[in-house]
Amino acid sequence: MSEITPDLVRHLASLSRILVTDQEVEQLAGELGIIVDSVATVTKAVSGDVAATSHPIPMANVYREDVILPSLTQLQALSSAPDSADGRFKVNAILDED
Amino acid sequence: MTDITSSSAAILAGLISSKKASSVEITTAFLDRLEKLNPKTNSYLYFNRENSLAQAKRADQQLAEGKTVSPLHGVPIAVKDNLTTTDAPTTAGSKILEGWVPQYDATVVRKLREASMPILGKTNLDEFAMGSSTEFSAYGPSKNPWDLSRIPGGSGGGSSSAIAGHLAPLAIGSDTGGSIRFPAAMTGSVGAKPTYGAVSRYGLIALASSLDQIGPVTNNVMDAAMLQDVIGGHDPHDSTSLPNGLGSMVQSVKEADVKGLKVGVVKQLSSDGFQPGVKACFDDTIEKLAAAGAEIVEVDCPSFEYAVAAYYLILPAEASSNLAKFDSVRFGLRVTPDGNPTIENVMAATREQGFGPEVKRRIILGTYALSSGYYDAYYGSAQKVRTLIQQDLAKAFTQADVLLTPTAPTTAFKIGEKVNDPLAMYLNDIATIPANLAGIPGISVPNGLASEDGLPSGVQILAPAMQDGQMYRVASIVEKLYMDQWGASLIARVPDLEAL
Repeated sequence: MSEITPDLVRHLASLSRILVTDQEVEQLAGELGIIVDSVATVTKAVSGDVAATSHPIPMANVYREDVILPSLTQLQALSSAPDSADGRFKVNAILDED
Repeated sequence: MTDITSSSAAILAGLISSKKASSVEITTAFLDRLEKLNPKTNSYLYFNRENSLAQAKRADQQLAEGKTVSPLHGVPIAVKDNLTTTDAPTTAGSKILEGWVPQYDATVVRKLREASMPILGKTNLDEFAMGSSTEFSAYGPSKNPWDLSRIPGGSGGGSSSAIAGHLAPLAIGSDTGGSIRFPAAMTGSVGAKPTYGAVSRYGLIALASSLDQIGPVTNNVMDAAMLQDVIGGHDPHDSTSLPNGLGSMVQSVKEADVKGLKVGVVKQLSSDGFQPGVKACFDDTIEKLAAAGAEIVEVDCPSFEYAVAAYYLILPAEASSNLAKFDSVRFGLRVTPDGNPTIENVMAATREQGFGPEVKRRIILGTYALSSGYYDAYYGSAQKVRTLIQQDLAKAFTQADVLLTPTAPTTAFKIGEKVNDPLAMYLNDIATIPANLAGIPGISVPNGLASEDGLPSGVQILAPAMQDGQMYRVASIVEKLYMDQWGASLIARVPDLEAL
C-alpha cells in the first residue's frame, strides 16, 4: 500500500493552492493511494540505462524571425481580469500583515 | 433535395460549390436541428444563431463574387470548448472559466474562419478535457445519441454526440490520451489524432502539452481527411508545430489500395480485457482485411503494459503545472474569503470552488509525482517508459505498415457507472494512450455493433509519426470494406433523436 496519508494530501493540496475539507482529504487519500499503487508499476518497467523522453517528436532550438508582431493592448489584456486598477491587475496582499 | 443534416461534409461542400444549396441554408438546417435537440444530448455548451448565420452569409457572398477559399467553403463546424474563440465564451467545461471570452482565436479557429467555415457553437467536454465520459463537465454530461442513458465518450463527448446526432457535419476535438478516438468509438463516428505537432496547439487550453493534439471528428474518413488538410500545417505561434506539412490527406484517401498492405495486430491489445462483442468486431475487421488481400502479422509491444501507468504520471505532472495559471488574477473566477485574506488564500478558495473533483485529483497527483524524493522514481520512470514504447513501436513498424487495435475496451457504458471509480475510468484509454506517448497518428473507424448490446465499436489504426496519410489510406480501406457490407455508414443507423 502506498504512503498517501491524510497529512500528505493536506500538504499537496496546499502546494497546489486548493482548499480541501477534512472529508475531501480522507476521500482523496484513499483514491490517490489506489492510483499511486497502480502507477508505481512504472518503476519496475525500466532500468537505469534507458533514456528519458520528455517530448515525442525531437526538436531543438525553435526560433522565429526577430520581428515585432501585433500583440494584445493593455486594455485587452486587462479586460478579463476579476479586478484591475491603474492599468494593472489588482490582487489581495501578497504577505500577511502580521 | 438531399437531407442536409444527414449528409457528409464532402457532399455539403459539393452542394455549396455547385450552388445547389447555400451556406446559409445548410447552416440554418443544422441550427434548427441543434436548437431542437441539444436539450436532449447536451452536445453544445454555447451556440448563437445570429453569429453563425452572419459567417454563413459571408461565405455565400464570397461564392457570389466567384471566390472559393477552401474545399470545405461554407460547411459549418462545431468546435470543442477548450479552443479559444473571440466571439464565444470558452469554458473548457469548467466553472473557473464560466463566461470568459478570450482575446484571441486559436490558430485552428482562425484557419476555420479563413476557410469560410461557419462555427455552429462550442461543444461540451470533461473539465479541462480530464475524463472519458463528459461526466466531469461542470455543465452536465453529454448523452450518446445511440442511447441517451449512456456516455458519448470523453473528453470530447460534445463533439462526438454532435456528429452522431447530426447536430453538426464536422467537429474539432483534442486528444491527450484518446479524447478524440474514444468518443468516436462510443458513437460510431470517425475521430483522428494527427501526429504530434501536425496541427497547431496555439489557443488550445493545455492539459498535458507533450501529449495534446487537435484533430477532426466526422462521420466518415474522407471528411476527416478534408478537415485535417484545412487545420494542419506549421504555425509560428506553436514552437512544437512541425516545420513541414505532411501532404494532402485527401490525396491519400483517394489512393487507398489494399494491395501489398501489411497490417500489424498488437499482441498486448488483441486478447484479454476487451468486451466479447468488441473483440468479435475487431476479429471481423482483421478477417475482412485478410480476405481483401492484406498481410496480417502479429507484433509484440511489451511496454504497452505500462502505458496507462506512465500516462497517469506524465499527464497529471504536466497538468498540475499548466493549470497553475488559473489563479484568479488575470481571468476567470475569483473567490475572496471573508476577513483579510492574502492572495494565496484567494487562490486556494477560488480553485476549491472553481475546479471539479477530477481536476483536483489530477493536480494533487501531479504535484505528488513532481515532488522531490518521488520525481525520479515516478515521473522519471514514466518518461523512460515513454522511450520503451517508442522503441516497441519503431520495431513493430518495421514488420507492418500500420497497427490495428480495438479503439476501446468496451462499448458506451451507462452514465454514472464509472464516475466514482477513477481507476476504472482511466482504463478506458488503454488502447489509445500509446499513440499520445509516442506522438504517432491514430484514427478510430466504426467497425460494427457489439452483439451483446447493439452499441457501436471502433477499430483504431496507428501509423508511424508523420505518416498521417498512411493512417487515412488504411482507414479508408477499412471503411470501404464495411460500406460494401452495410451499404451505408454505421451512423445512418443512429436512432431518430426526435422520437427519443
